Amino acid sequence: MEATITLRVDGEERPVSLDTRTSLLDALRERLGVNAPKKGCDHGQCGACTVLVDGRRVTSCLLLAVTQDGASVVTAAGLGAEAEGEPLRRAFLDHDGFQCGYCTPGQVCSAAGMLREARAGHASHVTADLSADEIPLDDAEIRERMSGNLCRCGAYPNILAAIREVAR
Amino acid sequence: MIPFDYRRPDDAPGAVALVAPRPDAAFLAGGTNLVDHMRLGIARPELLVDVSRLPFDTIERLPDGGVRVGAAVRNSDLAAAPLIRRRYPMLAAALLAGASPQLRNLATTGGNLLQRTRCAYFQDATTPCNKRVPGSGCSALDGFHRHHAVLGASDGCVAVHPSDMAVALTALDAQVRVLGGAGERVVPMTEFHRLPGERPERDTVLEHGELITAVDLPPLAMAARSAYRKVRERASYAFALVSVAAALSVKDGVVVDARVALGGVAHRPWRAVRAEGALRGAPATEDAFRAAADAELADARPLPGNAFKVPMARNAMVAVLRDLNAGGAR
Ligand SMILES: Cc1cc2nc3c(=O)[nH]c(=O)nc-3n(C[C@H](O)[C@H](O)[C@H](O)COP(=O)(O)OP(=O)(O)OC[C@H]3O[C@@H](n4cnc5c(N)ncnc54)[C@H](O)[C@@H]3O)c2cc1C
Ligand code: SF4
Ligand code: FES
Ligand code: FES
Repeated sequence: MEATITLRVDGEERPVSLDTRTSLLDALRERLGVNAPKKGCDHGQCGACTVLVDGRRVTSCLLLAVTQDGASVVTAAGLGAEAEGEPLRRAFLDHDGFQCGYCTPGQVCSAAGMLREARAGHASHVTADLSADEIPLDDAEIRERMSGNLCRCGAYPNILAAIREVAR
Repeated sequence: MIPFDYRRPDDAPGAVALVAPRPDAAFLAGGTNLVDHMRLGIARPELLVDVSRLPFDTIERLPDGGVRVGAAVRNSDLAAAPLIRRRYPMLAAALLAGASPQLRNLATTGGNLLQRTRCAYFQDATTPCNKRVPGSGCSALDGFHRHHAVLGASDGCVAVHPSDMAVALTALDAQVRVLGGAGERVVPMTEFHRLPGERPERDTVLEHGELITAVDLPPLAMAARSAYRKVRERASYAFALVSVAAALSVKDGVVVDARVALGGVAHRPWRAVRAEGALRGAPATEDAFRAAADAELADARPLPGNAFKVPMARNAMVAVLRDLNAGGAR
């Protein structure tokens, strides 16, 4: 079935007609030519497709585009306009936070969402005291909070270093 | 994926009215389980009714001191809620141990409860599976069954319910509020999911068209000192081999009350009634904790490939109770 929706993608209004079966990831890549988010698994398992929707990081491969009419979507390409977007992109370059780069657009979007969650006081699986108001982002916290993004090249130490620099 | 219509009703009765009369219709919440299964060709709804934005997306205090969690509350928001972190830490911890942050931002309370009880064969449409195609056989019995059930299984199906959140809700005696064509009803978490028996195709007691509107947490004071422990094959982002949700109340070295539930061991979140019974009135010692765990697991019937789960579940139970008794949080 066809549906017509409007997405705000990296700050631009983008009306689009699509089949209801289209994921947000496919809508961005195949219909709107926004190729920053990548398709790794298409099953929510790798994080390569991570974008920010209304400020929250999500796996765009499992999200049906038709459910997101009116939503604001930020991909790695538009991240520079977000708080910490530019410092994150810079830090990934400075620390060699990638090899092939395929997972990187998902990594930086995820990191931006993660920093936002941390600032809002969210705990994680490795937080010792869940009732704590302030949770310092040490290496264990960053690793756990970034565990939804796999890197086939194993650039994890440098990804960690890049995010650590911005989290400080 | 087959073509489908999409509707987004304004209220819960409207959603029920759309789904109930059509066997080919399904509710859609975060979509992290349903869309995946549609893509795999093992779920084929022709009408999706979006309930992710219905007004039941709040966390409210109840007059009796309990808490009502709306069905559309996202897993990440529930885990972050100060009320949950302080009063029901086992629930926050269970949520934080599930899936990934990106998925938890999408997944809802209702969808998490109703994610399919499943195994890898269920998700592979080329293999026999009684849950997917009743009567076709169970590929796991003589196949790969490292992740499967050791308690309450049948010859028909040995899959486990994969939710972490549901294990904590089971230990907490949460109540699931459901709206159907005939009105509202309340189902205790301990009776919500089914054992496979002769009908492994049914995961829960819900009828088609029934909508979860909320989950109520009772005002359980002892839950403020509770914990969730998940044992898995890597440190993060993996389903449980075994998990334990527990709360413990001890006075003068004697267990006054205990709540224990297990995940990863059965077709439903497993309330450890026998262990709780053995714990009440027992000395708060490691020996007593081990005896309670052994009592719970006495009926375990592991398969050749998952016998390790029995000692693993026992050790995890003992460790959680020991930590709670020592005053540790998780
Ligand atoms: C890669 C991956 C890893 C995961 N790891 C874990 C893990 O470690 N631990 C864990 O617990 N979970 C894990 N999950 C599962 C995840 O938690 C579930 O997919 C999620 O909770 C489902 O919620 P949802 O809102 O997205 O449901 P949906 O996919 O939208 O719906 C699931 C089912 O519930 C029905 N439904 C939804 N809402 C309602 C309602 N209000 N009333 C009636 N029916 C309703 C739908 O019709 C559908 O049948 C993982 C998932 C993925 C993809
Ligand atoms: S264990 Fe259950 S879900 Fe898995 S193959 Fe057997 S019948 Fe299917
Ligand atoms: S492509 Fe979406 S998580 Fe892998
Ligand atoms: S840099 Fe190659 S997958 Fe991460």
